[in-house]
Amino acid sequence: MNPVVTTLIAVVAIALIGFFGTAFGAGPDTGQTQQQATNWTAISMFAGFVLVTLGITKWAAARTRSVADFYTAGGGITGFQNGLAIAGDYMSAASFLGISGLVFANGFDGLIFSIGWLVGWPVLTFLMAERLRNLGKFTFADVASYRFAQTPLRSFAATGTLVVVAFYMIAQMVGAGQLIKILFGLEYIYAVILVGVIMMMYVLFGGMTATTWVQIIKAVLLLGGATFMAIMVLLQFGFSPEALFAKAVEVKTGLAAATGKSAEEAAKAGASIMAPGGLINDPISAISVGMALMFGTAGLPHILMRFFTVPTAKEARKSVAWATTWIGYFYILTFIIGFGAIVNLIPNPGEYFVNGDLAKGLNGGGNMAAVHLANAVGGNVFLGFISAVAFATILAVVAGLTLSGASAVSHDLYASVWRHGNVDSDTELRVSKITTVALGIIAVLLGILFEKQNVAFMVMLAFTIAASANFPVLFMSVLWKNCTTTGAVVGGTVGLVMSVVLTVLSPGVWEATLGNPKGSAWFPYSTPAVFSITSAFVVIWIVSLLDRSARAQKERALYPDQMTRSETGVGAAEASAH
Amino acid sequence: MSVEAWGQIRSNPKFQTFVKKRNRYSIIMSILVIFAYFGFILLIAFDKAFLAQQIVPGGVMSLGIPLGVGVILFTIVLTWIYVRRANTEFDAEAEAILEESTK
Repeated sequence: MNPVVTTLIAVVAIALIGFFGTAFGAGPDTGQTQQQATNWTAISMFAGFVLVTLGITKWAAARTRSVADFYTAGGGITGFQNGLAIAGDYMSAASFLGISGLVFANGFDGLIFSIGWLVGWPVLTFLMAERLRNLGKFTFADVASYRFAQTPLRSFAATGTLVVVAFYMIAQMVGAGQLIKILFGLEYIYAVILVGVIMMMYVLFGGMTATTWVQIIKAVLLLGGATFMAIMVLLQFGFSPEALFAKAVEVKTGLAAATGKSAEEAAKAGASIMAPGGLINDPISAISVGMALMFGTAGLPHILMRFFTVPTAKEARKSVAWATTWIGYFYILTFIIGFGAIVNLIPNPGEYFVNGDLAKGLNGGGNMAAVHLANAVGGNVFLGFISAVAFATILAVVAGLTLSGASAVSHDLYASVWRHGNVDSDTELRVSKITTVALGIIAVLLGILFEKQNVAFMVMLAFTIAASANFPVLFMSVLWKNCTTTGAVVGGTVGLVMSVVLTVLSPGVWEATLGNPKGSAWFPYSTPAVFSITSAFVVIWIVSLLDRSARAQKERALYPDQMTRSETGVGAAEASAH
Repeated sequence: MSVEAWGQIRSNPKFQTFVKKRNRYSIIMSILVIFAYFGFILLIAFDKAFLAQQIVPGGVMSLGIPLGVGVILFTIVLTWIYVRRANTEFDAEAEAILEESTK
């Protein structure tokens, strides 16, 4: 047997022994505050998910022979399937648990994020989807570097990809570790290793085919579970949203009164969940967060990569339309679930709150609202189901991220930059598999390294970078004829550096994460997106216009051909080789 | 084959008109979404009271909730309208132009 396969099986075996070893050993009270009693229902459902998906991986492995199979499933995914897979990539545990938790705490404010995360999709559909499909092959760098100097542009795009993947990945791995303590009653380290090893198996053996099907299955389970919860909540109120909201306001008013507020103050606190509150205070932050969410979607490498898995521009458009539909539907569900959690959990503090004390918050933290609601409306079995799905969600998202990181290294850096395209399919495939293993190990190490850190800002940072570095470069290279290599690389780099530096200097990181005194943050807004996106575009524009080099002339002359291919798809058929 | 075909397609005046028409449509649709979304965000930033008002006096449902859910539905519907037109009308037109140009 292939030594890589043997080693991996051994690693899985060790991880599983450790996993079940602790599961048996873990009593209800192991001294760790966060860790809950071992939940066998959740663990067996999750094990079922892993078995089925590994079965699919085995089937997919037989079909993964070339690099095209590995990166894009040979371009053979239909629009509907790809739509579900995109939705799966996008509906991370952060959006399911995070948004429903936000609605549980603040009501209306949760809706602001949902909408922001959704509105990037139509813009991506109208302006980019078809052009991406027509110009690209495996990565978004293929599209951005179409008429440009390969080495600088691909190096930049690969950096943009890896940085976004890294921040997104850390948030997912730490989330997995924390979830497993609460949901399964197992230790942090096993979650991180388990996620690393299983996702490595999906990507390594099944490539994009397996990753896509894992996403589809997870998306269906998540949408099904969330639909069930929302229906159960609405059923309690005869399907009247007004009645649900009225009860939620009543419960929140009661909660405020119980903490010693006057009747008038309590009524005000109760009613506040129906209106925008303190989440967004200054207009600059409001616009900035909005821009990061909206344009970040169009710069996420693991999402952009999915446009190359469908055979035609027609299917590419269909996939985003389906993705938008499922994601929008899902966000409406999370809103109902958040309100359902208010009316079901707060009246039962003994069951769902730390020591039964409303003031101490939910068991396992504010993000557990949806999980506790699952127990309230569907009992222990459904709780196990939702826990398993939440964990599976992280697994699937991490697999997608790894695949896009691996393609940036093997396709952009190795094959294009280092070997100047003189590399055969087998070699490139081998490099991408080695990279997958390396990224899997790095993901596990990052998960361990960041265990005790506050990583809440990292998903937002990933969106800000995607919106400020990847999106402007992609947009200008495809749609502006005067764009040049130098302009794109310099502008994109400005966007990337500004996103990271200003985020570190913002209150969310400088004060909340790095522990500096309140008010000492140099940059006052929640995210720098409005400044970093604008700067990236302006710098690309100015530098390109000032670029008088011979290379720039040649690149501008290539635009009409690029435009014709991006508008018609003529010449694109040869892109997916099979 | 491609380079030559691209030149032929581009020299067809119908192609130029077609690309302009489709791009104008994409841009109008994008602007609609951006207006709807940033309009909502600016209301949150500048006029919270407007979103907080009750739809029916004495009820709890605030104007912000149907507006917010409305933006979600608007986004989905707009996407389908665009995709439907692009996948039928525009694709048929593009195909006809391609056939005519590369004959």
